[in-house]
Amino acid sequence: MYYLCGRKAITPTDIILMLTEKTIEKLRILAESAKYDVSCSSSGTVRGGRKGMVGNTVGGVGICHSFADDGRCISLLKVMLTNHCKYDCAYCVNRRSNDIRRATLSVSELEEITMEFYRRNYIEGLFLSSGVVRSADYTMERLVAIARDLRTLHRFNGYIHLKSIPGASRELLNEAGRYADRMSVNIEIPREESLRLLAPEKDHQSVFQPMAMIQQGVLENKEDRRRMRHVPRFVPAGQSTQMIVGATQDTDRDILRMSSALYAQPTMRRVYYSGYISVNTYDSRLPVLRQPPLVRENRLYQADWLLRFYKFRADELVDDQHANLDLDVDPKLAWALRHPEAFPVDVNTADYERILRVPGIGTKSAWLIVNSRRYGRVTSFHLQKMGVVMKKARYFITCGELTSHFSAPIVGVNELQPERLRPLLVSAAEKKRAEAERQLTLDFGEGQ
Amino acid sequence: MLVYTFDRTLDGLLTAVFEAFALHQQPEALLGEGAQLPLFCEQVYAVQTVEEKASRVWKGLERRLSDEALRLVMVSYLSELPELDLPLFRYICKVFRQPEGSRSIERNFADADVLAVTNIARRVMHEQLRMKQFVRFQKTKDGTYLGVVSPDHNVLPLVTRHFADRFGDQPWLLYDARRRYGFYYEPQATDDVRRRWQHVVRVSFADTEALPFRLDTGQLNADVLSNDDRLFQDLWRTYFKAICIRERINPRKQLNDMPRRYWKYMTEKQ
Repeated sequence: MYYLCGRKAITPTDIILMLTEKTIEKLRILAESAKYDVSCSSSGTVRGGRKGMVGNTVGGVGICHSFADDGRCISLLKVMLTNHCKYDCAYCVNRRSNDIRRATLSVSELEEITMEFYRRNYIEGLFLSSGVVRSADYTMERLVAIARDLRTLHRFNGYIHLKSIPGASRELLNEAGRYADRMSVNIEIPREESLRLLAPEKDHQSVFQPMAMIQQGVLENKEDRRRMRHVPRFVPAGQSTQMIVGATQDTDRDILRMSSALYAQPTMRRVYYSGYISVNTYDSRLPVLRQPPLVRENRLYQADWLLRFYKFRADELVDDQHANLDLDVDPKLAWALRHPEAFPVDVNTADYERILRVPGIGTKSAWLIVNSRRYGRVTSFHLQKMGVVMKKARYFITCGELTSHFSAPIVGVNELQPERLRPLLVSAAEKKRAEAERQLTLDFGEGQ
Repeated sequence: MLVYTFDRTLDGLLTAVFEAFALHQQPEALLGEGAQLPLFCEQVYAVQTVEEKASRVWKGLERRLSDEALRLVMVSYLSELPELDLPLFRYICKVFRQPEGSRSIERNFADADVLAVTNIARRVMHEQLRMKQFVRFQKTKDGTYLGVVSPDHNVLPLVTRHFADRFGDQPWLLYDARRRYGFYYEPQATDDVRRRWQHVVRVSFADTEALPFRLDTGQLNADVLSNDDRLFQDLWRTYFKAICIRERINPRKQLNDMPRRYWKYMTEKQ
């Protein structure tokens, strides 16, 4: 069907007429407008190829097709349909009052680019977002139209990530969910007071409402599929969201509490953290940063991993005394230094969960350890071969030989005391990076 | 010192295992034919590959190892690394030597040979993922998509299934410039999604002097490149530049995730 009405009718020369130099320029403008959205993953759902369609989605870690000069992965064609916007959020590059070049891609242009990029293995699919023009429903309708066209007209079976526009109607979200693999609404600012300061036209309600609607759709769909196997899946890869780091006074505790509350929801798969980049330097409500807070962002991602894969709770990583994560050391090491009573861990007998908590041992080496120790004692020699970072781990573990002979006394976190151990584990380079960033936070105080 | 030499095929290695058991020997080294022999090697035994012996060993492995571990053996072999031969040989010997009914050693990563084979297999799997990531197709005038790669390990057989599943409605050719062979796929009139991968055929060019593309950059010659391909390549390069945030430039991470050896065939880096 598609061959009759879509492809054969358009010859390659027509495409050249349709897509011109202007298209290149538009793509450049709209990609630059979309790039501050950090979500990139193409994971979360496995869908094999289908008859008469092009594409599939892989599960697991997903496929990153390229890495830009800033080191971020490019897996989806991340682009805005338009960067015209009626809102005036202080942190956003596309705010109404900004004097930037505006552009709008036509529906057919965007679809053609997506399909041709996909066929050349440039991308895993499309991540489409948009500035809000006229009304939320009007904008959302156009996003949905593109997803619908891609699926039904172009027979596209790859990954589609749609931004849901706050305030869009339930009917539109329900239709979007049938075509999209993942949907997202960005929280941007973890505390509502701060959000109201920077984006007076928005509140948390406008973010959480679509989130709840999508979740409800997913749960209802699950129920339907239990009764009828062939009901198409609704947002199979779940939701994601993003928070900006360093644009407000919000602490890491606020951010991580919000993340762990979100992860408790059944459909939330990923929370992204985006170090604030001073895009609107003239706005006095925002700090002037010479450099985005990359170390802090990195620490937040590490903490996020601890929440998702290492069975940590947010209040173990940050509490009232430690409202911000330690910039010098990673959050797991920071936790271990605060809790010397949890160590040493005997790698030959301890549970998998306790081994995971040892600094220097990741999920991969923990898995290797619990498998190997069924055959015999695992010693520090084996640990090193398996890829454990012994430089860190040796202060927190015991294994066969370290306890067996008297000539070399054990030097662990309890014998050394955390405050004496800490300087041994902080590398000079890391300290320097963290120090450079702390200087920037001083600017933050002055900027307020 | 006892040295076995073999023809560096998987069948050859399995035959070597067979011979070691038949002759009640344990060689200290296993080398490819024509390789430099070590000092003090008193005894050299040249293993003649016999398919029947190899398949007997493989059948024995099938009984003793899980599917997962068997796949690991296959995958590690695709690495083509000479340092794999001895660990893999000893790993297989150990599998046969363990008493019947005991726990299979395949998950004993404290064993140096098991760990070595696992780590090499992991490297091969990483390389095949990079093929899925970094292959760039160009469209020819007749509608075939061509992707040229030169992977470190012989991983193309591991990715054909993925590409057949994904691009099942377009003819494509994946060509390994280092090993001078490729895989070609053509959509069938009766498209059975589950069987698509069976239509992937191994091909090589009869005349390697007159290829329709350049081996060093993978670029198609202008006379066979389709008219709109240049435009989409330009669009992709523009997009690649635009998506980068200048304040966050981080070449170290970029090189970590996308080492320079892949760049020569990648549109956005050409």
